[in-house]
Amino acid sequence: MAITYFYHALKIDRKRCIGCSHCMKNCPTEAIRVRDGVATIYENRCIDCGECYKVCPSGAIYVAQDDFERIYDFKRRVILVPSVFLGQFAEDVKASLVYTILLKIGFTDIFEVEAAAPVYSSAKTFYGNIHKANKPLISTFCPAVVRLIQVKFPSLVDNLIAIKAPVDFTAMYARKSLMDSGVKEEDIGIFYITPCAAKIAAVKTPVGENKSLVNGVINMDFLFNKVSKELKQRDKSMPVRVAANDVTSDGLMLSLTNGEKRMALCKKSYAIDEIRNVSEFLEKVENDEIEGVDFLELRACDQGCPGGILTCGNRFIIRERIMQRARKLSERERNGEVEKQKEISKEKDFLLERMNVGRILPRSMMVLDENISVALQKLGKIREIESRLPQTDCCVCGAPTCHALAEDIAMDKAQLSDCVFIQRNLEARKSMTTENAIEAMQKIWGKDKLKDYIYKK
Amino acid sequence: MHFEYTILDNDFANAGAASSSIKKILKQLNIDAKKIKRVVIAVYEAEVNAIAHANGGTIYVDIDDKGIEVTIKDSGPGIADLDLAMQVGYSTASQKVREMGFGAGMGLPNIKNNVDLLDIKTEVGVGTQIKMVVNF
Repeated sequence: MAITYFYHALKIDRKRCIGCSHCMKNCPTEAIRVRDGVATIYENRCIDCGECYKVCPSGAIYVAQDDFERIYDFKRRVILVPSVFLGQFAEDVKASLVYTILLKIGFTDIFEVEAAAPVYSSAKTFYGNIHKANKPLISTFCPAVVRLIQVKFPSLVDNLIAIKAPVDFTAMYARKSLMDSGVKEEDIGIFYITPCAAKIAAVKTPVGENKSLVNGVINMDFLFNKVSKELKQRDKSMPVRVAANDVTSDGLMLSLTNGEKRMALCKKSYAIDEIRNVSEFLEKVENDEIEGVDFLELRACDQGCPGGILTCGNRFIIRERIMQRARKLSERERNGEVEKQKEISKEKDFLLERMNVGRILPRSMMVLDENISVALQKLGKIREIESRLPQTDCCVCGAPTCHALAEDIAMDKAQLSDCVFIQRNLEARKSMTTENAIEAMQKIWGKDKLKDYIYKK
Repeated sequence: MHFEYTILDNDFANAGAASSSIKKILKQLNIDAKKIKRVVIAVYEAEVNAIAHANGGTIYVDIDDKGIEVTIKDSGPGIADLDLAMQVGYSTASQKVREMGFGAGMGLPNIKNNVDLLDIKTEVGVGTQIKMVVNF
């Protein structure tokens, strides 16, 4: 079977990993195994959702990011700011102040990601009108969900709304605006502040696209720290840049759960967050148990992007701050205090012409073999092996469940004697020596875990 | 390869359990997604039928490299007029079953549309056996 590797933003620091199995137990696609005392990732199963990062007790899982100094490769350094970034800061820190500081730390131009919300909504409506047959249409807003569908629900890839993400629309708009004002294309560098690992992976290997529209990604926690420091040390008399005012109150809430549902022009839709909830629901969609639904907004993180692994602070507080901003803006909109016609709407046609991405392809992680006969043999082997395993899902074999171990054995990635219950049996029957059993454990958990604990002082 | 599933009487909450499990197996076998969908729809309908009309039953599944054969056996009331039951919209479902969103008279026609071979043996007062085949 052909193996294709995908860029993953989530990495494991082998030195910091203590081989504890928390990540392995929590991975929604069973993509992690412990080998040689450290967690390792099956690249083809990983969807960059970040569940492992959340539960790691030793900080061994990290999110690789581009070197910040790379922004200086460009004369015009554009930063794309999602509203969830502003939600990191306390209520008294105004957006204009954050923008002023972003300019101070090296950026030359600021664009708000959610400025593209109305264009993004129109694009989805257009797409929906053409692809009526593929209902329920599923939003591609969350890249972890797109990857989940590719690997675990391949039959639903055609339900995915194959259009660009809001950040891509904003990136195109930013580039065009600058070029229209005479800036050369090669001088423009566009950077995005990401709340999660999946968005980085999406930028590095865009699904259905050849090339990303964003030049680099900056982790939200990293930039939050940088901005917070400047906030503390700033000269209070520093002139404050006026905010762009390019986002509507609806747009501000786009990345929150329900953000898309509330803007969707359809009869019946659902907004579901958290990766296990999403999986459970997709299972039903795949079985055709859910009828008459037009649109699904699915997000890998609880509360949507405020729950992203790179956000700083509690997701409920971040959400409320964004809602608060949106409420205030909505009031000003009602009073006619803000311009309804946003700058970006002038480029609506330009952006909509470029809304499509190529077909999103399935890449099933479930397939045992491309040949049915071989796959059937393997399936038989899995069932046979599973019936011998204790069903305790204890993880001591270095796999998350007994079933996963059975699959690994059938795929020649593990051995039956990796199971500690089988080992004891083999020892009792004198077909495995204690030394061999310890050796087998050391292969999985490393040498350190089988030190002489009992006689230690 | 052979599998069996038990369907319990009145267990609407678990309707779809067998078809979900079969779906997972077919995914592992690299079967075309559209074919998997046909199998899942047909088995799901049959599951609901056994729950709604018979007192549950048993599903027997056999898979080889040529295709999948699913047999659903129940010892329910049997189907009095099979031709009528095959018509879209005809249903003998009780009010209670209809209130749960089932019993639209689509079950058997829907199964027929999704399988390559359908064989129904039924006897009033004895039970019904539905055999369906989808070729890979």
